[in-house]
Amino acid sequence: MAAPAVPAAAEPAAALVRSPSFWRSVFARLRRDPVALAAAAVILALLVLALFGPWLVPVDPYASSVLRRLKPIGTPGHPLGTDELGRDMLARLVHGARWSLFMGVTPVVLAFFLGAAIGITAGYAGGLLGTAIMRTIDVFYAFPSVLLAIALSGALGAGIENALLSLTLVFVPPIARVAESVATQLRNRDFVEAARASGAGALTIVRVHVLGNALGPIFVYATSLVSVSMILASGLSFLGLGVRPPEPEWGLMLNTLRTAIYVQPWVAALPGAMIFATSISFNLLADALRSAMDVKG
Amino acid sequence: MAERVLEIRGLEVTFRRGEERIRAVAGVDLTLAAGEALALIGESGSGKSVTLRQVLRLDPERTTEVAGSVRVGGEEVGRLDRRGLRRLRGGRVGMVFQEPLLALDPVYTVGQQIVEAIRAHEPVSRAEARARALELFRLVHVPSPDRRLDAYPHELSGGLRQRAMIALALACRPQLLLADEPTTALDATVQIQVLLLLRELQERLGLAILFVTHDIGAAVEIADRIAVIYAGRIVEEGPVRAVIRSPLHPYTRGLLASRTEGALVKGRRIAAIPGSPPDLARPPPGCAFAPRCSLAVEACRRSVPRLEPFAPGHAVRCLRAPEWAASAA
Repeated sequence: MAAPAVPAAAEPAAALVRSPSFWRSVFARLRRDPVALAAAAVILALLVLALFGPWLVPVDPYASSVLRRLKPIGTPGHPLGTDELGRDMLARLVHGARWSLFMGVTPVVLAFFLGAAIGITAGYAGGLLGTAIMRTIDVFYAFPSVLLAIALSGALGAGIENALLSLTLVFVPPIARVAESVATQLRNRDFVEAARASGAGALTIVRVHVLGNALGPIFVYATSLVSVSMILASGLSFLGLGVRPPEPEWGLMLNTLRTAIYVQPWVAALPGAMIFATSISFNLLADALRSAMDVKG
Repeated sequence: MAERVLEIRGLEVTFRRGEERIRAVAGVDLTLAAGEALALIGESGSGKSVTLRQVLRLDPERTTEVAGSVRVGGEEVGRLDRRGLRRLRGGRVGMVFQEPLLALDPVYTVGQQIVEAIRAHEPVSRAEARARALELFRLVHVPSPDRRLDAYPHELSGGLRQRAMIALALACRPQLLLADEPTTALDATVQIQVLLLLRELQERLGLAILFVTHDIGAAVEIADRIAVIYAGRIVEEGPVRAVIRSPLHPYTRGLLASRTEGALVKGRRIAAIPGSPPDLARPPPGCAFAPRCSLAVEACRRSVPRLEPFAPGHAVRCLRAPEWAASAA
């Protein structure tokens, strides 16, 4: 029998642009977003400060001077003034970027991997196993995050490692929960069924289809946690549970300068301003990333 | 007779949902020879998709009870282990889904998905798999195939997406293609193109197609034979021409009468079948269609009629069919 002629589907030639990769199109959208650009610029500047700060501001942040205590902003030789021990504020803020970013980003990165693994396992497995995992996670979820962080690092003892560990544990439950809900939705999607119908095993489906679709949303959520982590880390340092003096961590600086708030309010507010600027930049970038990645066609 | 690609005997599928047991398929027999296209027609909830999915055992095994036998190329699907099942799925049997936008993964290009499907079954390099994918895109008449392979599903039009889906289903040269309402989600003009494509592939590749639809027009376009399914049982089966020209079962006649084609005369109502399908958790004891049937007699409500051959290759599950056909002739 003669095969009937099948007309090729007609398509306008304009649609023939080679499609950019997903991430490239996300970046293209981010570049058109002024808020995202500003936030990214702030974060980039902080990264530069954290990496190259000691070379950019070659002043010893630990050198104290009883004579030069609590100088105001604009003092010759100390553009941002000095703290209660006469240490240069500019040097301390710049050196502090390293500590604060480290304390903000590390727990989130660790919790991202741990939480995503737990949540995706629970969500894709579903049933009894999924319920068991998620109810256990919910126990942690029941505590306010500040309280949990303080309780954990208090129990583990003061110190940077323990502060990082407790912050990681604080962030695993929310990330796991987001991962679980994303994975549960994905499990019932047609393309997962289609993958099964074309012979993919459970491991392939999780690796290719679930991870491929879930990591984006989880990553965006985790980005928004960086600011929380920074604030909590600063809080722990403020309480003496995280970074210890004389290290120039912003939360700790805020704590020690607290007594000088009536003498030099502007100088005392500087570490807080840094924390604020950093956390809001991370939040804005996370928001922009979320909308740039939302390309449900 | 040509080689039997698919043989379904006495298939019964029951879903457990809490206390309720829903008998979605209540004894279906179907045979499909190599190169043959069979359309399974029925309304929503008639068991047509469940029958199709059971060929690949896609329903969750924990809540599904299956009885009867499904053989693909002589191999009993119910007895396959996990590896055998994976070889069957996408290997000997390909499946096309209703809505290609949902059935294609949005974060990978269609080319990546075809390459992945090929490499899941055959030990070939990425480059070889990509060459095969390109070949497949030509086979399903995708214009500028090499560029389209790098497109994401949302960047393609509905028709191209369904072509990509068909290419994906054919990736490992299956003998049997299962199509679950492949044209329902498409525009009317694109529907016919996709149907013609399926017909062409069937002839060119000697593919057997089991095509599930509620659209009689689509079934006529593509199928050699038609099986009408109602409440989990096949009520009429026969060559397309015979079923369309001289339908024997009252349900088939009702379906044909309710088509919109030719009925769009102003002021004329589209004929509808009165009543609604039975509750599958509590099916009636006799013919499932009896409560809606104008010809039903007492005997119809007592026991389920058998599927009796009426003419060569044309069988019907109705007590009144012989009588009715004689009076109509």
